[in-house]
Amino acid sequence: MISVYSKRKSVCAFVLPVAFTRFGTRSESRNFLSRRVKSVANQTSTFTVETLRNQQSHWKSVVGLEIHAQITSASKLFSGAGTEFGAPVNTNVSLFDAAIPGTLPVLNRRCVEAGVLTALALSCTVNPVSVFDRKHYFYSDLPAGYQITQHRVPLAQGGILEYPVFIPGAHNKTYSKKCFIKQLQLEQDSGKSLHDAEACRSLVDLSRAGVPLMELVFEPDLENGEEAAALVKELILILQRLGTCSCKMEEGALRVDANVSVHREGEPLGVRTEVKNIGSVRAVAHAVEYEIDRQVKILEAGGVIVNETRAWDADSRQTVPMRDKEEKQDYRYMPEPNLPPLRVLLDDCHSVPDSDSHHVNVGYLKRTLPELPRETRENLTNRYRISQESAVILVNENALLKHFYGIMEEKRSRDPKLSTNILIMELLTILNKNKLPLESSQISSKSLGAVVDLLQSKKINLVTARKLLQEIISGNPESPSEVMEKHGWTQITDESEIERLCTAVIEQNPNLVKEFHAGKTKVFNSLVGKVAKITENRANMAAVVQVLREKLRKLQNA
Amino acid sequence: MLPLSIRQISRKLQDGAFLPSDLCAACLHQAEKLKKLNIFVRLTREVAEIQARQADVRYQNGNIRGILDGIPVAVKDNYCTLNIETTCSSRILETFRPQYNATVVQKLQDAGAVLLGKCNMDEFAMGSGTVDSIHGPSKNIWQSGEKYTLIRNAKKSEESTEHVQGYNSIHDIKMGCRKLHQLSSHNSEGDWFIAGGSSGGSAVAVASGTVFAALGSDTGGSTRNPAAYCGVVGLKPSYGLLSRHGLIPLVNSMDVPGILTRTVDDAATLLNVLAGHDPLDSTTVEGVFIPLDLSQDIDLTQVRIGIPKEYHCAGMSGEVVQMWSEVADTLEQAGAQVIQVSMPYTPSSIACYSVLNQCEVASNMARYDGIEFGLRAAEDRSTEQLYAATRSQGFNEVVRGRILAGNYFLLQRNYSQYFVQALKVRRLIAQDFDKVWSSGIDVLLTPTTLTDAPRYSQFILRDNREQCASQDYCTQPANMAGCPAITIPIKLSEQGLPLSLQLMAQNYREGMLLAVAKWIENVVDFPCLQPEA
Repeated sequence: MISVYSKRKSVCAFVLPVAFTRFGTRSESRNFLSRRVKSVANQTSTFTVETLRNQQSHWKSVVGLEIHAQITSASKLFSGAGTEFGAPVNTNVSLFDAAIPGTLPVLNRRCVEAGVLTALALSCTVNPVSVFDRKHYFYSDLPAGYQITQHRVPLAQGGILEYPVFIPGAHNKTYSKKCFIKQLQLEQDSGKSLHDAEACRSLVDLSRAGVPLMELVFEPDLENGEEAAALVKELILILQRLGTCSCKMEEGALRVDANVSVHREGEPLGVRTEVKNIGSVRAVAHAVEYEIDRQVKILEAGGVIVNETRAWDADSRQTVPMRDKEEKQDYRYMPEPNLPPLRVLLDDCHSVPDSDSHHVNVGYLKRTLPELPRETRENLTNRYRISQESAVILVNENALLKHFYGIMEEKRSRDPKLSTNILIMELLTILNKNKLPLESSQISSKSLGAVVDLLQSKKINLVTARKLLQEIISGNPESPSEVMEKHGWTQITDESEIERLCTAVIEQNPNLVKEFHAGKTKVFNSLVGKVAKITENRANMAAVVQVLREKLRKLQNA
Repeated sequence: MLPLSIRQISRKLQDGAFLPSDLCAACLHQAEKLKKLNIFVRLTREVAEIQARQADVRYQNGNIRGILDGIPVAVKDNYCTLNIETTCSSRILETFRPQYNATVVQKLQDAGAVLLGKCNMDEFAMGSGTVDSIHGPSKNIWQSGEKYTLIRNAKKSEESTEHVQGYNSIHDIKMGCRKLHQLSSHNSEGDWFIAGGSSGGSAVAVASGTVFAALGSDTGGSTRNPAAYCGVVGLKPSYGLLSRHGLIPLVNSMDVPGILTRTVDDAATLLNVLAGHDPLDSTTVEGVFIPLDLSQDIDLTQVRIGIPKEYHCAGMSGEVVQMWSEVADTLEQAGAQVIQVSMPYTPSSIACYSVLNQCEVASNMARYDGIEFGLRAAEDRSTEQLYAATRSQGFNEVVRGRILAGNYFLLQRNYSQYFVQALKVRRLIAQDFDKVWSSGIDVLLTPTTLTDAPRYSQFILRDNREQCASQDYCTQPANMAGCPAITIPIKLSEQGLPLSLQLMAQNYREGMLLAVAKWIENVVDFPCLQPEA
């Protein structure tokens, strides 16, 4: 570690708890690390998703996201040093990364390709020529005193991301949201500073310095935390499909900053704050909602919002000020003179990538784009006629989607809705109950399909299906039908058998029948339950309901 | 053997007249002898001796690497040299030992050249006198009080030797004879003629016979200016032809490695070794460099030479103007078309350069914060205080002044007014060149400097900024356009100091540039300086 020491504790500049340095030490946040975080003790956490704002609908909130995604690449943006997460401190550092005088940046072609692929997936316009700029500020983990970024002409601009939003509790259905993308730019990451308050010194790790990032700047088209979280979720799905970013937020591979402002309907936009240090998709929703509430409360109380950068503190579930207002920096942008303008081939005349050419071929990359999440959802709803909500859940959980395809492709005759329900409702519930992760469990699509078949052919009912699923996730190697046979879990579908069972239940429960006939229709369910009980849940409940109802009607009329 | 050209000395080495080690020893001896000229920041004696012995073996085994094998060279102290301190003449890098060789240094080494030492310069190459260095100023060897002999090529058969006493003898450039010009100390104590800068150490190293070639760097004239004052050939190649990897930058968009030699042929030799694409420098041109061949005499009747009238500026001495016109006449008489041209934006070049220079300086110097390398002040109150203390202790006033100005120009509110405006003016200056080339001009002929070398006492009367403004007047525009330029010594001034002219050609037309330069070199027969043994 490079040590910037300060011996005298009384004048120590670094008093920040280490927890704050874990995430999001991206460029703009740097200075806050050396500042004392303002006291927030007098603020109590009042965070709720359902907020005051929702009742006082005259407040409008505006949310815009800036997302830094670390590009999946073996080497750094401008040097040959490695990029693996968690490498020992100061090991992945080339001379360039340490800003050793005389070293020059050499652009990593792979990073440009990843940027272009991502831009294409987001319908951005890829600029035939883009340029790099230096953004200057002093910080100990920024060795050159500037970050190389794309300020004036970014790699791509003007995209759009259309994605489904589902707000639990507020809506029953998903709705489609469009968010425009201002630009996508390539830039370097900084190193990491660790401020040791005890020893009064800062330690600098340059292993991350120069790691490639894409910065995606979204227009402020969002209104609340759920829309923001859903956008981030959709972006993660896209980037993971493209393989351009691991999107591991816990490793800082995807960092979300949210710009939030509120204003009264019909009035100009309010002063915005920037919220950083958001560590998960759910935290995006929470942090934005909290910040909207905070601003509304201040304004309602006659206060003013100051333009500031705040950090989301996941423990206290609130945003806290990060940086003094007067710290506002002039970054003194300047073109990076050591990198020629970045040119990419836009015309489609080259069908294969020319390995000799150092120009990235956009047309070629466009043809290599995989199916995007939105297309998958469309395919699912169009081809299998499942609901939009089901499609969203399947696409959000890649393992579920694989099972779905596995089930449907094995036997075309399977009912897609039934299969979806088994996956989304039943399998997930059982996994949750057993606290098993979806990915690591040894479930095969084949056995899930067998359960669907048994259900679809009415050989079992749903209750039995759940039992079979439990067997499957517990690692029972037998096939579901074997298990069914062995335990005698076959569904009772024989009409005369059901008639007999219903008659028996009616005869054994004269009081309930009387109540039913007296108008207490609710007790019907109790009667159904009795049938279920005596059959150990094996009866075809639909048939039971029908027969019971018929018999009771006849009794009443008799 | 020391005043010989690379070509001549290489022949002697190949003939077995002596070994690279002998040559190296002689050069080291010379360096020690001339210590008071303050040529070197650091003599790399051990490295040189090892490299020379390795070259000995190659000569003995007959597997020499080429014409540079075993030839002692020197390198300006802003080129990174593996495990050898590279200070840029700045306090802030006083203890900096790079872990790598600059590409051009590596190429010299691969060609078998022997690294004699690192040469003095103005701090971070900001200057035109090699007076602003933590290592103290370098001194010009001409009229320095060192005893030396002047030798002419003696093309003709007559062999006359002339002993001249004093510093004010006048020499006829057309004499074509052999002269001995012995000088004793005549300068008052504490005064001397400056070497020019910022590559002053490199120029004196070549002029004094201490090395056969040296690397300078050229951003606004830093190779050509000292070459002109010291009477040697100074080549600033086209931007992008030589790698800047390992050259500690001044202005990235204008810096080029410069070549200092005693003859145009030697400059071509160095260029052929050093030029070419470097994957570590994205601004170097792609494709294979075709080595220059100057063996064919140029047909001057096919050459159009432009005389840009704007280069005749205020402050240019009469003898410089006269020399300029004499050489133009000589070329014309030899059949070349000599045409007056206009490059109207030339006078704007210095102001434009000063803005661009200071902006890039502000940016490039941001890394000197005392964290990763170099000086770190004993300051422990906070990181910000550490930066401030390190930087104010580490940089001289010139560097600090440029950083301040550059940061001012780059402020958001000033950016378009200064930086963007300067870029536009730069484009206009470059267009001046484009127009000249597209009108059919092959080379431009101008003075390199306005006068012969000034005295130190006179030079320091004006501050660094003012000096650069007049010193760089003729050399700076070529850096704006990125075109190749060469300075060659023409004659001695009334004070017995070298006077030089500059030639410029279209980008990547080094072949044409050097061919014309070589023709002039032959005609003027500038005397070679040989320090007394």
